Amino acid sequence: MRDVAIIGIGMTDFGELWHDSLRDLFVKAALQAMDDAGVDHIDGLVAGCMSPGLFTGQEHIGSLLADYLGQAPVPGVRVESACASGGMALRTGIAYVASGMHDIVLCGGVEKMTDVSGAQATYALATAADQEMEAFHGVTFPGLYALIATAHMHKYGTKREDLAQVAVKNHDNGMLNPHAQYHMKITVEQVINSVKVADPLNILDCSPITDGAAAVIIAPVEVAKKLKKKPIVKVAASAHATDTIALHQREDLTWLKSTAEAAASAYKQAGVKPSDIDFAEVHDCFTIAEICVLEALGVVKRGQGGKATRDGLTARDGKFPVNTSGGLKSKGHPVGATGIAQIHEIVTQLRGEAGKRQLKDVKRGLAQNMGGSGGSAVVHILEVL
Amino acid sequence: MISPATVRRNTPLRYRLEAAQCADCGKVFFPARLVCPCGSRKFKAYTLPSEGKVVSHTVIRTAPRGFGDEAPYCMGIVELKDGTRILCQIADCEPERLKVGLPVSLEFRKIQEAGESGVIAYGYKAVPER
Amino acid sequence: MAGIVGYGAYIPRYRIKVEEIAKVWGADAPSLKKGLMLREKSVPGPDQDVITIAVEAARNAMVRAGVKGEKVGAIYVGSESHPYAVKPTGTAVAEVIGAVNDCHCADLSFACKAGSEGMFLAYGLVKSGEVEYAMGIGADTSQGAPGDALEYSAAAGGAAFLMGTKNVVATLDCQYSYMSDTPDFWRREYMHYPRHGGRFTGDMAYFKHVRGGVEGLLKKAGAKPKDFKYAVFHQPNGKFPMKMAHDLGFTDEQMKTGLLVPTLGNTYSGASPLGLSAILDEAKPGDAILMCSFGSGAGSDGFIFTATKELPKVQGKAKKTRDYLDTHPFYLDYGTYVKFRRKIRKNVED
Repeated sequence: MRDVAIIGIGMTDFGELWHDSLRDLFVKAALQAMDDAGVDHIDGLVAGCMSPGLFTGQEHIGSLLADYLGQAPVPGVRVESACASGGMALRTGIAYVASGMHDIVLCGGVEKMTDVSGAQATYALATAADQEMEAFHGVTFPGLYALIATAHMHKYGTKREDLAQVAVKNHDNGMLNPHAQYHMKITVEQVINSVKVADPLNILDCSPITDGAAAVIIAPVEVAKKLKKKPIVKVAASAHATDTIALHQREDLTWLKSTAEAAASAYKQAGVKPSDIDFAEVHDCFTIAEICVLEALGVVKRGQGGKATRDGLTARDGKFPVNTSGGLKSKGHPVGATGIAQIHEIVTQLRGEAGKRQLKDVKRGLAQNMGGSGGSAVVHILEVL
Repeated sequence: MISPATVRRNTPLRYRLEAAQCADCGKVFFPARLVCPCGSRKFKAYTLPSEGKVVSHTVIRTAPRGFGDEAPYCMGIVELKDGTRILCQIADCEPERLKVGLPVSLEFRKIQEAGESGVIAYGYKAVPER
Repeated sequence: MAGIVGYGAYIPRYRIKVEEIAKVWGADAPSLKKGLMLREKSVPGPDQDVITIAVEAARNAMVRAGVKGEKVGAIYVGSESHPYAVKPTGTAVAEVIGAVNDCHCADLSFACKAGSEGMFLAYGLVKSGEVEYAMGIGADTSQGAPGDALEYSAAAGGAAFLMGTKNVVATLDCQYSYMSDTPDFWRREYMHYPRHGGRFTGDMAYFKHVRGGVEGLLKKAGAKPKDFKYAVFHQPNGKFPMKMAHDLGFTDEQMKTGLLVPTLGNTYSGASPLGLSAILDEAKPGDAILMCSFGSGAGSDGFIFTATKELPKVQGKAKKTRDYLDTHPFYLDYGTYVKFRRKIRKNVED
């Protein structure tokens, strides 16, 4: 298996992008990535997108996007793992390149969520849950994460303010990300007093509905070494694990097992421990998710995610900065694009190109992308070669 | 997704709480499955009990399509007397009453319908003592 | 001897007071309450209908009967508000209690006496030996037209009776039905709310047919009003059954237990059946019970029951009628009531 490097990155702004169609968004991000890599031809394309069918009525986008990118007849495929579709696109592309099947592969993620009504978007998102045993009963995604939050607060004494602090921190970071959907500071009081969605979660605990796309170009490390771009960002680990998609069928409602399994596999592949990771982009679809992910990644002990957030561990100036991009909360969450946007931020930081939000002396970053309420998790570790 | 076929197929599960128990390791599956993670493909018929307690709860205030008339409504993960967990609405319950450990029993209720002229899907909701 | 082997009730938890409705329509609540002898009524939640009510009442009846669902050979549900105009209610009950697949099901209608009809049919099948056990259920969630007198009383609830010949808790000793073709209260196909003949619904409908039913029953059984410990008539409001009782020679004491309407409202096909279940909840062995339903259109079904020594053994096995009626109800305002009852015109969603 060959080592794989990321040689180009690109992303659109994230937000309500009324003028751009799904294909526009993907192609814009892809062209940026190709230009950044200095390539004008790719050997294959993997597109992560949760549901082009339910959001835009369009399937068959592997071929559609290869064509609109001017790259037909190269192989193009869409992969899906709910909100982890982007991470899955990268993992699939890595398999192509590592195995020697292809050399230059574009891994992109896109979601166009604003062509349909809010109710239809909610319905499409709910397909990530168990239709017969969860969605049927009228639970929403905020509802499922609210159930996790209630259980976590009951079991570990996590405070409502700890959850709110995740949103506050990520909005602070998002202020410094030009691509972010929201550039606004918020306070813990504002979060707790914002419109109620599913107790104990309020609207400011929830990531928004967003349009956007992100893309990376990957290639074997030998190819990367021949290019001008320094430093080379290598994929040290790519891992994926599944769990029950139904929340109530998990042994412990507060434990994101798929993330824990994927992270354990990733640490093993990269030959590192959690303490060797300098920073991370994690899946804060809801504030409680970031708290639980910290625990599942082994960055803090089980149950300590709330306290760690409260104590500033994950702030930009903390010991383990999380979501310097603004996270899903402030950057936005175009579902299929998110996993790739996380990679975009990690590469940007590792290259030293993060401007005002640049972290100092970072060599190794981790991206954790999750589907549904934790039914799937994809973890990548990237390091400077 | 409510359709005549999905309503009919789910009737044993939603009307009679019919589940399946692995003949080898004894694990209970609701809904029934074809293969157990232990590897066995043999199952026995099993009916879930209708009493249990709430192990987590929330109040849905922004409801999905079709549930607007009921909002805000309580939902919970209920652990039944035999240890099996289900997710369902908690009906006839004021939000202030929700707590981990609240005893509930399952009642037959309307869950949703495919519009005013469409098929009605019934099932179970957890109800606390009045 | 054939009779009731198990019985069960179900009443939803929501209520609305007469004052709450009256203030919206500018009506005089005190005089309405006095005239109707009614203070409040039950309201079905948005997730409740005749199918859910019939199922819960049936489940309670099966618990009291201690009989396996597969032994039930027939299920009849009578209602004026079946959720489907075409697709039965009884089949859903059969699925839940496990009476599938060899069960005779039929949905019945005859205004407010559709429930007692089901009881009559169930009894007849069991008595003839055609089936071992049969169930008759009366349940309704009838609508009252906004601003109409019936809006104060149209309520929701139901009761189920499993008939059999083994371990009978109340023998069915005599049965008599009385009818005529009288258009006192009706609803035309595709119309949303029923209409009625105002004062015509009193003497020419309710009183004529309940009297006809009770007098015919007493004559057939060779009995007199004083022979009974309990009596229950159809109760569209508190006034009609009490006036009927006094006219026929029954006392307040006999009527007391079965009269639920002052705080329940009129549960239509569930009305006299629920009154009967409340009586069965407290009756002692040997107590004689007279029940007479009334359905507009018009007719009545009369029954004489005698409680047996099996009855005390089953009373506590399921929730009692008064527990459903009296324990911690939820009071609604008029806006929530009309939202629940789908009287508000909303946007058509695609």
